[in-house]
Amino acid sequence: MRARTAALGMLLALAAPAQAERLITTLSTSRVLISSNFTGADVVLFGSVERDAQTVARRGGYDIVITVTGPRETVVTYRKERVAGVWVNADSRTFVKAPSYLTVLSNRTINDIADINTLRRTQTGLARTLLPQEISGDIADSTRDDPFRQAFLRLKIERGLYREIQNGVTFLTPALYRAAIPIPDNAPTGSYEVDVKLFADGALLARQQTALEIVKVGFEQFVAAAAREHGLFYGLATALMALLTGWLASVVFRKD
Amino acid sequence: MQIYLPIAELPVNVLLVLFMGLAVGFISGMFGIGGGFLMTPLLIFIGISPAVAVASVASHVAASSFSGAINYWRRRALDPALAGMLLIGGLIGTTAGVMLFTLLRALGQLDLTIGLSYLVLLGTVGSMMIAESVQAILRARGGRPAEIRRPGSHMWIHGLPLKMRFKVSKIYVSVIPIWLIGFVIGFIGAIMGIGGGFLLVPALIYLIRVPTGVVIGTSMVLTLVTMAYATVIHAATNHLVDAVLALILMIGGVIGAQFGARTGARFSGEQLRLLLGILVLAVGLRFAYDLIVQPVDLYTVRPVEEQSL
Repeated sequence: MRARTAALGMLLALAAPAQAERLITTLSTSRVLISSNFTGADVVLFGSVERDAQTVARRGGYDIVITVTGPRETVVTYRKERVAGVWVNADSRTFVKAPSYLTVLSNRTINDIADINTLRRTQTGLARTLLPQEISGDIADSTRDDPFRQAFLRLKIERGLYREIQNGVTFLTPALYRAAIPIPDNAPTGSYEVDVKLFADGALLARQQTALEIVKVGFEQFVAAAAREHGLFYGLATALMALLTGWLASVVFRKD
Repeated sequence: MQIYLPIAELPVNVLLVLFMGLAVGFISGMFGIGGGFLMTPLLIFIGISPAVAVASVASHVAASSFSGAINYWRRRALDPALAGMLLIGGLIGTTAGVMLFTLLRALGQLDLTIGLSYLVLLGTVGSMMIAESVQAILRARGGRPAEIRRPGSHMWIHGLPLKMRFKVSKIYVSVIPIWLIGFVIGFIGAIMGIGGGFLLVPALIYLIRVPTGVVIGTSMVLTLVTMAYATVIHAATNHLVDAVLALILMIGGVIGAQFGARTGARFSGEQLRLLLGILVLAVGLRFAYDLIVQPVDLYTVRPVEEQSL
């Protein structure tokens, strides 16, 4: 009986996938602080590919793809059409819980890292990120060449909130890599997911998640919190500030 | 010199915003208008979301008009009784306007409504002001005395009941059209995100026959109160007033308004109306351009939660 259990255990160990590689990552900071002089920042990610004794040698070397996803928000993409001579928002699509920020960094062209099916399955790359749309009550991802989806991606890229950096990951040694995650000045505050994927020979070997937070601090935080939590008093204070500024100016510039 | 705006959530150049405040403040002091219809598009142009822009501009307009109103008050160039009567209608109108605004937003046609209202209102008001002031200037050039107020030119408005004497303006009219004008200005202002001074000034001149010298100061009082009220409402409901942005705009705005008021005093009423008419028409045509010419980008993206008031 005992022998049988042992044999079973050995079999199970053999049947387990050969997940020999492990990813270890660390961020230069897990909190990006927004103070009044914030104009954007870079968060540096360091990582290494840990191997154990049984790891087979990978002929093609390792590939790393890092996906950073900002807080999700539901947005509407409008398309203007000419109606009775004027351009109006005629058609629209609602993207449900789309990332407000999305950056994909890789050590080489993503299409060379794995075949298209693997990339699709693992949602690797901007073009393969799921952007579910709400269509008459149902929620489904659109086709890749849907014009609304393409316009949404294009507008996000223009605003610097979506990026694909095909040489954003640098291998320092065959197992040690480094990447700089750009945080633009208009990045929304909140929690950002950092997802690191390890590929070799076109297959996903390992995956690791970590997180990053963007927060306002000091005066910025004080103002934002006051506006959110004590809206009425904040408004009264702002109105009072307006009156005071106006009065002060008329006193300062008084000529008689 | 960059500063990060806590509510707009992006950095702006302090000097640029200060300069924008100065320029719009100058115009608002000169013509006695709030300048919201100029400032809001400018802020949107530098990347601030329309919702935050409209909400923060309200306090800037309040500051400029307060500083201007004090100036006019010192010169006794405003009518407190008339301003009070306008305010009764104005505050009710603002509240009603906010309600319609919310409804239009829910229907998804707010942009079109705003664009068309700007076009129609600014276009007609601008053209009317230009035509009228050009006639007045030509009359004055021709040596004929400028047409002041003919006692016989009573319109139906002057036949309404509830008459009241406004001492400073030297007029004796019913309060009903004054309440109505206040209401319409407040209503339109809330929907379009403007103080409405450029509408109020001609309405008071042409409909109520308020002397030009008193109109600007009086209009500033209405703008001041409705915009201060709007600031509080925006802050309490939408949480979109950026106090840092507002402060920079205000500082520029009040300084500009002082110089504007002095420059304005050097022009005659007709000349001021002509200049303002041209300005209003130009902004109206700008909106017409946006509506008629095919936009470079047909697509726009907007967060669902965002309020655009």
